[in-house]
Amino acid sequence: MADANFKELKKGGFMKQKQKDRFSMRLKTIGGQVTIQQLETIRHVAGTYGHGYIHLTSRQGIEIPFIALEDIDTVKKELAKGGVQNGVCGARLRTITACQGNAVCPSGLIDTQHIAKECEARYGGREFPAKFKIGITGCPNNCLKTEENDLGIKGGIEPQWHHDDCIFCGLCQAVCPSSAITVNKKEKTLSFSKDQCIFCGKCVTTCPTSAWTGQAGYNVSLGGLYGKQITIGRHFLPLLHSEDELYRVIDVVLDFFESHAKPGERFARTVERIGWDKVEQLVREVL
Amino acid sequence: MNIDNTIDITDVVCPVTYVKVKVELEDMEPGQVLSVRLNSGDAMQNVPRSLKNDGHRVFDVTDNEDGTYTILVERGQDD
Repeated sequence: MADANFKELKKGGFMKQKQKDRFSMRLKTIGGQVTIQQLETIRHVAGTYGHGYIHLTSRQGIEIPFIALEDIDTVKKELAKGGVQNGVCGARLRTITACQGNAVCPSGLIDTQHIAKECEARYGGREFPAKFKIGITGCPNNCLKTEENDLGIKGGIEPQWHHDDCIFCGLCQAVCPSSAITVNKKEKTLSFSKDQCIFCGKCVTTCPTSAWTGQAGYNVSLGGLYGKQITIGRHFLPLLHSEDELYRVIDVVLDFFESHAKPGERFARTVERIGWDKVEQLVREVL
Repeated sequence: MNIDNTIDITDVVCPVTYVKVKVELEDMEPGQVLSVRLNSGDAMQNVPRSLKNDGHRVFDVTDNEDGTYTILVERGQDD
């Protein structure tokens, strides 16, 4: 590999190090999960071709530093044999991050790991004028900081109150983090301010009589950035209740980014230049 | 209101909060009432939900207006 094409290498997850002809090799992870078989393969490669350690990236990824230029092909083959793929860098759809979601976490409202895998299958590595990041978190506790991403997906529940099942114990008011619920125990009344609701579902998961119910859904934020410039992703969409709806929204957003962004321009800047109203209109057309 | 037992878990943090409540409930009979004083925040967010998951029933909540709540729990049936 005398004529190394650094751009090609970067595409395949090889980050050029400051040391001559050494690369930090990025591996593909989806939603931060790695099997023990993959770990054994990674251990072997880091021990044989690297410096005996790995680096955990800020996006739930693994890098193996100090891979020599001449070992790249061998390393790729050994990793592939052990079920490990290369990650991506550059102007592409990057590693999709996710918490453990409702399969494991008591607070989880959506199956984040499933959504992460599905997003990876649909959009993983797709080329754009600039990088694009998707992050998925299971509930408004927001462990995965979705608003830092170009597109964030956060599990939520739009609660509904059923008068006949309510015993007016006041628990929902006590657990509601956004003061959207007021219970008058004496008069047996309850008021719910929908505008203040952050879709956390605490009322639904704690109500002892199931007087609060609700269907889980996806709360999408757009235009987050957390690098040299910082922008918090915006929420302007209703809670999306089906996966189909979610992917239609993502499709529209990615197509918009692909066709409107200038080279190297992140999504937030593109939207600011062209207009949030345009994006909002496009997205609402597919809902 | 008949309260059969009381516990104060304002001096511990999660997950010990729920463990203490659980141990207390284990020594009680189904239908008996436990009064629990707990901190707002994490404990209040987690303990009532865990009680629900384990089949117990919170039926009254009082805000003590000192950063703590008192909840009344009816012990559920054994599985």
